[in-house]
Amino acid sequence: MLATSRDFKAAARAGLANDNLQRALGLARTGFPLRRRLAIERLPEFEALREAGRSIKDHTLQHLDFYLELYESQVQASGGKVHWAHDAAEACGAVLEICRSADAKTVTKGKSMVAEEVGLNDFLKASGITPIETDLGEYIIQLRHEPPSHIIAPAIHLVKEQVAETFRAEHRSLDPGRLLAEPRQMCDEARAMLRPHFLAADVGITGANFLVAETGSSIIVTNEGNGDLTQTLPRIHIVVTSIEKLVPTFEDAATLLRLLARSATGQEFSSYTTISTGPRRAGDLDGPEQYHVVLLDNGRSAMIGTEFQDMLRCIRCSACMNHCPVYAAVGGHAYGWVYPGPMGAVLTPNLIGIEEAGHLPNASTFCGRCESVCPVKIPLPKMLRHWREREYAKKLNPAVYRSALSAWGWVARHPALYHALTEAASRALSWAGGGRGRFRALPLAAGWTRVRDMPAPEGRSFHSLWAERQKRRGVR
Amino acid sequence: MSETRERILRDIRNSLGRDRLDPDRESELRARIARHRRNPLPTRAIALGHWEQLELFVTMAEEAQATVTRVNSPAAVPEAIARYLAAENLPAELVMAPDASLDAIPWSSWPLLHIRRGRAEAEDRISFTPCHAAIAETGTLMLISGPQTPTTLNFLPETHIVLLHAHQVVATYEDGWDRLRTGQTPQELPRAINFVTGPSRTADIEQHIELGAHGPRRLHIVLIENGEAAGSEENEHRKAPSR
Repeated sequence: MLATSRDFKAAARAGLANDNLQRALGLARTGFPLRRRLAIERLPEFEALREAGRSIKDHTLQHLDFYLELYESQVQASGGKVHWAHDAAEACGAVLEICRSADAKTVTKGKSMVAEEVGLNDFLKASGITPIETDLGEYIIQLRHEPPSHIIAPAIHLVKEQVAETFRAEHRSLDPGRLLAEPRQMCDEARAMLRPHFLAADVGITGANFLVAETGSSIIVTNEGNGDLTQTLPRIHIVVTSIEKLVPTFEDAATLLRLLARSATGQEFSSYTTISTGPRRAGDLDGPEQYHVVLLDNGRSAMIGTEFQDMLRCIRCSACMNHCPVYAAVGGHAYGWVYPGPMGAVLTPNLIGIEEAGHLPNASTFCGRCESVCPVKIPLPKMLRHWREREYAKKLNPAVYRSALSAWGWVARHPALYHALTEAASRALSWAGGGRGRFRALPLAAGWTRVRDMPAPEGRSFHSLWAERQKRRGVR
Repeated sequence: MSETRERILRDIRNSLGRDRLDPDRESELRARIARHRRNPLPTRAIALGHWEQLELFVTMAEEAQATVTRVNSPAAVPEAIARYLAAENLPAELVMAPDASLDAIPWSSWPLLHIRRGRAEAEDRISFTPCHAAIAETGTLMLISGPQTPTTLNFLPETHIVLLHAHQVVATYEDGWDRLRTGQTPQELPRAINFVTGPSRTADIEQHIELGAHGPRRLHIVLIENGEAAGSEENEHRKAPSR
């Protein structure tokens, strides 16, 4: 997928001015955090599970080569095949080769963020195969030719009127006078439209939430059941996934599963958690005849051993974006690539380069909610700071910003000067603010004062007040 | 693709700053797997006696919008199913798993139920299957694929009815897994293991939860409580679960 992360500022501004988006985000902003909190209050072990989840992932990453080899040998033992892919092009190529070797014409797809990452849909379409997305949210945005704006709720940026409009425009075989006012009617319509595709598909492509090294199994978690129809009905099942999804055992997967649904939707458990191991067995009446796993690296192996290794623990629950004030204000599309929100702001520069994704590490207030809700305790703000440091070191920020930051840095390293300047500035601003106690306009701060008043300082800096107080108390 | 395979493994080892693990360390990791050590488990499920687990299962399953009918014996199952279908205004036509465990049910006692056995086809509206286990902690059914239990039965029809025996209820996913794993290699694992918690649902349009997205709209559980392996002694201590 082509990244537009460079345009974050413009896209964020557009997002703020988009009424439908703001209405849709308003619904998400309260719903997700509330449901998560209620689910966690019912599970006193949640904090212990977070610790366990973190250590399972850390252990696996420290021995990833071993677990990958074991996983591959177990996939083969169960009759499946692993296709290793270094980058997006290799992953897409592997999928196409499997489709062509089976003379496949029709493909259904369960939701897969890795497939989004490698741009699989566009690639297959250009190769003469049109994959049909079957997750309701993915289906809606596929009809609208839009990328997902959220990693578990891809159409979260839309209101129901927009969905109805899209269905009317695309489902032309249906009665134009039909009622499409409520989500119920739209769900039923999508169910009816997609059912023939499920039954006719030659190939079903899904992602994986986890891969189990011990058994060579892939695990998917869904609520709709579309992933299961996708991987059960066609002749061929292809799992498109990435190397950091490995866990050693089912016990380890179970711990992460307990964290996943609660952190994501606030459910105790998603409707369907399915463990797939190889193709249909002798005597089975259904299930795919071939089981393939396309296993993607795409920059992940290079993150190991760096300050960004912890990001590979991510289980893609979306809690960080559901609790992010920046995401809640501008929506997922502003981030300009596959992964939005705090996890996207850290991961995207790793996968497509800081040159392409420079604004993203700055799309944060550093409030720290993302880290506090992360089920595997990824220190997201710390890693955003690392990216800002690299951005500065690579001279990617504007010159004015860099000089201002350098000047401030120099002053801050000279305490006497710093105290004198802040004291003088406080007094000057207090005087200039006059009786109003606020500014309507301020040179160099138009970005702030254009939309709100700037409060004027009270007249003294904290340092000078503190020094005076200590002196009064006789402390030196 | 084996070149790519070697390259990825080499890149990982380079990043980890080491070569391939030595055989001793690999044996340790294999031993770690073989131990199947459990991570922290929810006390709300493991601290309960069997009958309390059963009650927790029912509570959690109903919370996830499954429905439960309790019966005393296999002989009562046909009537329970027929009454459920009538109440839901559904036709009395089932596609049933060709599983031997369902043969003991006296279907002829309710001749108005039309039953076909096999995998589910597009036109099937109601399926009836056994299950492998039921997980108390979240009200989750554990179903496994096999020649006698095709997976399509769990997903294609609009209504899925599941037969559950009280002795099949366990506390955690790990317990259900242990019942399956005993002595099995990956080749012997079923192709698919489905953990099912309530009916299919979606919240993809304005966060509004709608049941029956692509899988079943209804999940109904027929629970056989008596005449089971669970002892009568435990039965006397039966009480509401503490949560």
